[in-house]
Amino acid sequence: MELFQYPYMQRALIGALVIGLAAPALGIYLVQRRLALIGDGVGHVALTGVGAGLLLNRSPVLVAVIAATIGAIAIELVRARGRTSGDLALALLFYGGIAGGVLLVGLSDATSANLNAYLFGSLTTISPGDLTTIVVLGAALLVTMIALRPALFAVSHDEEYARVSGLPVRTLNLMIAVATAVTVTIAMRAVGVLLISALMVVPVATAQQVTRGFRSTMTAAMALGFFAAGAGVWVAATADTAPGASVVLVAIACFLVVAVTGGIWRALRRRATPAAAPAPEPHEVVLG
Amino acid sequence: MSAPVITVEHGAVGYDGRPVLRDVSLTVTAGEVVAVLGANGSGKSTLIRAVLGLVPLSAGSITLFDRPLRQFRQWRRIGYVPQRLGAGGGVPATVREVVASGRLARRGVLRPPGRADRAAVDAALLSVGLADRAGDPVSTLSGGQQQRTLIARALAGRPELLILDEPTAGVDAASQEAFAGALRDFVADGGTVLLVAHELGPLRPVISRAVVVHQGGICHDGAVPDPAGHHAEPDHDHVHPHGPDEPAGLWSN
Repeated sequence: MELFQYPYMQRALIGALVIGLAAPALGIYLVQRRLALIGDGVGHVALTGVGAGLLLNRSPVLVAVIAATIGAIAIELVRARGRTSGDLALALLFYGGIAGGVLLVGLSDATSANLNAYLFGSLTTISPGDLTTIVVLGAALLVTMIALRPALFAVSHDEEYARVSGLPVRTLNLMIAVATAVTVTIAMRAVGVLLISALMVVPVATAQQVTRGFRSTMTAAMALGFFAAGAGVWVAATADTAPGASVVLVAIACFLVVAVTGGIWRALRRRATPAAAPAPEPHEVVLG
Repeated sequence: MSAPVITVEHGAVGYDGRPVLRDVSLTVTAGEVVAVLGANGSGKSTLIRAVLGLVPLSAGSITLFDRPLRQFRQWRRIGYVPQRLGAGGGVPATVREVVASGRLARRGVLRPPGRADRAAVDAALLSVGLADRAGDPVSTLSGGQQQRTLIARALAGRPELLILDEPTAGVDAASQEAFAGALRDFVADGGTVLLVAHELGPLRPVISRAVVVHQGGICHDGAVPDPAGHHAEPDHDHVHPHGPDEPAGLWSN
């Protein structure tokens, strides 16, 4: 516990908690529209931004925000077209992004340790300036995702219906794309581009096993993300493990606990009430 | 004669160069309940998707409430009921949450839901007989109950025009009755309805006019045609496969 007296550990903890809360708030919309892995793709593109930033001696995070936003919008435009080639276009973008990043980082004076900090996160090297960026962007993200929940839910749930309701579907979709880019870049410092999607998706996957509605799933997922971030940083500090990986493993452990407990509970309940077969629907047709 | 609500003039639609609708003209006036009938693949669903602007016209024009479709912005006047609820990514949503989406056309994106919104959602749930399921996840409902959820979503926006895509396809008898009742109430309040159906069942008394689409064109526009052959028997069970083959006699002029 003494470790948390050091300012760098406090910054690590606050940064992780903000990301733990914000990432699932966006992630639920991505899971809803079957884009659970989009964060991964945008992360790959962000890496090219990091490389470019290191090469040009500009802030890597800033250049990464720009690259990730362009990448996320490109992915959204491909998705909106809804053509089968979208799959391949996404693959090109993903691998192009990571290859570009590795190439550019190699060309710069940066060491492989620099690259690792972005690939797997480096919570303990967050500067006060970084923390301000994380808190401000994280808060903006949270407010947007919660305030626009009815509209974002409608678009993610049934896009055609949203269009016939006169909602600005394209704007809302682009907003989710930009929010994904922002989340990826602020989370990059905490868990790294390779683990970002886990924080967006795993708490949602855990929550939806026990919840009944969208709002309760969102609330539970945010609480789980918050808990995993706090517990993960604590584990990392106590056991001297990598913070990003610890946070993600805590989140996955939560998922397993809930999945197993839920399975056992359902099995017990079935045994307790054996003969309660559901009433069949009346037949509409007579077959044969 | 009352004001036209939907006007389609010489409308044509093609997917990838293959014509689906050719030279279709149709007018629906206020207070009418028009059923678009036709075999699978006849283009009847495409017709209403074109009216909603979900499918672009390759020729002709569509007018909604005296405005060209391109300039039409008063979407709150229209309630759309799609054929089925999308599967989504598995995130649960309650019946009430889905129905509440129907208020967005009226409320807009930024305003949080108020008392009027909650009252309208309650009334819509009640009118389709799902008030007691409001807190249940939609995925636990039967197909017919899910269809009723979608109808409640459209009704929650208090529209003037309901557009429904096969509202009774694969729906149990209890849900068909509940749906027919909700539709009767809607029409009694002065609403206009355009619906696509494969067969009418308990909806038949509510329909004021039938339009039959056959191979991309309208081949009948007027009284509801009588079912032909064994379809006319009172206890007829509709068991032929819903395949591309046409039921003989009924749709051909």
